[in-house]
Amino acid sequence: MFIINTNAMEKLIAGKSVAVNEEGYLTDFSQWDKSIAEELAQEAGISLSPRHWEVLAYLQNEHQNQVALSIRRVGKSNVVDIKEFYQLFPTAPLKTATKIAGIPKPVSCI
Amino acid sequence: MNTNGAIKKMMIILSKGTLENVYAAFVLANGARAEGIEAEIFFTFFGLEAIHKQKLEHLHVATVGNPAMHMPTMLGGLPGMEALASSMMKKEMEAIDMPDVHEFLDILSASGVRLWACKLAMDMFHYKKEDMYDGIEAVITVGDFYKQSAGEGVHMLFV
Repeated sequence: MFIINTNAMEKLIAGKSVAVNEEGYLTDFSQWDKSIAEELAQEAGISLSPRHWEVLAYLQNEHQNQVALSIRRVGKSNVVDIKEFYQLFPTAPLKTATKIAGIPKPVSCI
Repeated sequence: MNTNGAIKKMMIILSKGTLENVYAAFVLANGARAEGIEAEIFFTFFGLEAIHKQKLEHLHVATVGNPAMHMPTMLGGLPGMEALASSMMKKEMEAIDMPDVHEFLDILSASGVRLWACKLAMDMFHYKKEDMYDGIEAVITVGDFYKQSAGEGVHMLFV
């Protein structure tokens, strides 16, 4: 018997097989670690600096507290302002940063 | 450059000063940046109200000639009706984490959306650059805006 689930698949990242969705976002945060973040960042053309890690930790923390993430909220976080957020993660910052952080893609339009 | 049909840049023309139209343009521009798409807004005619320092905090929704308000036109024309509808809408917007016009401009500006004011409309309304929101890059002509729009994968939208 075949069970076909188009939403879930396994991807080899940093030598580990992790569950991701069709857009490449980790579906199980417990599988995330720093080497996975490094490789996902590299895929996005970003090399992670201490500032990146601070922002990633903030995003993970917000996700853990079930805060709906948006650019506006990130801008008000006192962790990073919107301008720097765009500099750190140049194209589509919220989408890229959440993917590297191993958390779901935010759905907000703002 | 082959963009495979993907949108690279949104050129948005905002010609109206009603709250619902201003927000439509802002959400589209902001949403583009969030997706990694470049965005620019050209403010013209009543769209200039959205960047005029003294006016941008006082934009209203249109209660007359707007069938979607589900309000008889005569009622919509009564004094205070626009203000009432606008304050109700602003409350709803705040509830869904929508910024006010000034904060939204700050977000757009910080996100790298380029903001332009139309020279012809500025002259017509006797506005000066210093009357306008500080993030406005320049007062430009339609021709300048077209030049800005050159390239593959550029789309233009009129609000």
